[in-house]
Amino acid sequence: MSLVELHAIHKSFGALEVLKGIDLSIDEGQVIALIGKSGSGKSTLLRTINGLEAIDDGVIMVDGKKISERDTDLLALRLQVGMVFQQFNLFPHYTALENVMLSPQVVKKQSKAEAREIAEEMLAKVGLADKMMHYPDQLSGGQQQRVAIARALAMKPKVLLCDEVTSALDPELVNEVLAVVRQLAEEGMTLVMVTHEMRFAREVCDKLVFMHQGRIHETGDPEEVFSNPKTPELSSFVGGLA
Amino acid sequence: MSEFSLWDIVYNLLLAGRWTVLLSLTAFVLGGIVGLLLLMVRTAGNPWVVRFVRGYVELFQGTPLLMQLFIVFFGLPLIGLDVSPWVAATFGLTLFTSAFLTEIWRGCVESVGKGQWEASASLGMNFTQQMRYIVLPQALRIAIPPTVGFSVQVVKGTAVASIIGFVELTKAGTMITNATYAPFTVYGCVAVMYFLICYPLSLFARHLEGKFRNVAR
Ligand SMILES: Nc1ncnc2c1ncn2[C@@H]1O[C@H](COP(=O)(O)OP(=O)(O)O)[C@@H](O)[C@H]1O
Ligand SMILES: [Mg+2]
Repeated sequence: MSLVELHAIHKSFGALEVLKGIDLSIDEGQVIALIGKSGSGKSTLLRTINGLEAIDDGVIMVDGKKISERDTDLLALRLQVGMVFQQFNLFPHYTALENVMLSPQVVKKQSKAEAREIAEEMLAKVGLADKMMHYPDQLSGGQQQRVAIARALAMKPKVLLCDEVTSALDPELVNEVLAVVRQLAEEGMTLVMVTHEMRFAREVCDKLVFMHQGRIHETGDPEEVFSNPKTPELSSFVGGLA
Repeated sequence: MSEFSLWDIVYNLLLAGRWTVLLSLTAFVLGGIVGLLLLMVRTAGNPWVVRFVRGYVELFQGTPLLMQLFIVFFGLPLIGLDVSPWVAATFGLTLFTSAFLTEIWRGCVESVGKGQWEASASLGMNFTQQMRYIVLPQALRIAIPPTVGFSVQVVKGTAVASIIGFVELTKAGTMITNATYAPFTVYGCVAVMYFLICYPLSLFARHLEGKFRNVAR
């Protein structure tokens, strides 16, 4: 059984149907790239997987357990599913270290020493061992995003969702963040990432999912899909990027 | 009427001024607690609660404080609660203060972006944890200057309690005037005392405003 299974997910905002029946399974250790035009529903899909967006219809199973809308279920779900946002969303009133320590302490009730040890480990992993005492506004965008990744990892999620984690960064800062994501992929972390970095998707991801108008339009092995797109929509999407 | 020296006037006003300070503090603290509770339930977002709190705020912002005190003072006995002017004034000013503070603070909470709510939710925090660790600490920094500024309004608002017979600074001024027939001197002293309470608060609020403007976090 897959780690995450989505069956017939439907989601509308008012009259606008954004997800029109999505089926997707994510295996443990799999790295999935979610691509598609702006407005095709990529972020919404990602956000349904950790319950930030409630679904209108369909079934979400994580680790064999069906997720309902009950608050307790959502909180339990979010312990399994971490998320990194385009805009980093670090807590500006805490240092990098405190940003990473907070949730293990207050949500998982770890001791301060325990939380600190994990936080230091995660910050070292993303290459920021020397910036732990810095506040977010003292860090570059790339550094902030790496803190955000460390913060999500400190909760030891089974899946990490990444929504255009490099889109808000200056071009010269993109690679330091992608390097961290690549390292996670190599370590076997299960990842679902919305990305416009096609070369990265091709090199790092196991599976490519192309969304178009609220549906999964085409999916497959990245090499395969890029070199030989089966639908005209993907073909023109890939062509438009080149 | 020269048995009253200026010192007698000032001395008696100072005695009554203690009640102005006490009433202000009580209303401010209790109003702050009620305001915070209203803020929490409102932010949690049940639509009926949101509507109730909005109505509550409109009610107190849209009517004179004097009417609010009258209604409390003359209304509570109608439902069988005979209250002293002190209780009525405290109760009325607390409601008044809570309505204004909850509205001031709502603006501060809303200035904390959606991204902060989503990031903390995605880390598994529940509503109370989000408020306590993420939203309120950030909102508080913005809230302190206008909150201190509003405390000046509360101090001045306590003058209205004189009308329902509570002997604070203004009421004492009226009583001393009746005895001395020196309204200008007496009310002059009363005004100076209000000023001595309020001006430092205003200065403090302005100081905080400058301080928090320069600090990003
Ligand atoms: N909270 C929302 N309320 C209303 N419409 C929304 C909301 N979020 C997204 N949408 C709409 O849903 C569609 C898909 O958005 P999104 O999932 O963000 O697409 P993508 O991430 O692929 O660019 C867009 O038309 C967007 O305007
Ligand atoms: Mg998006």
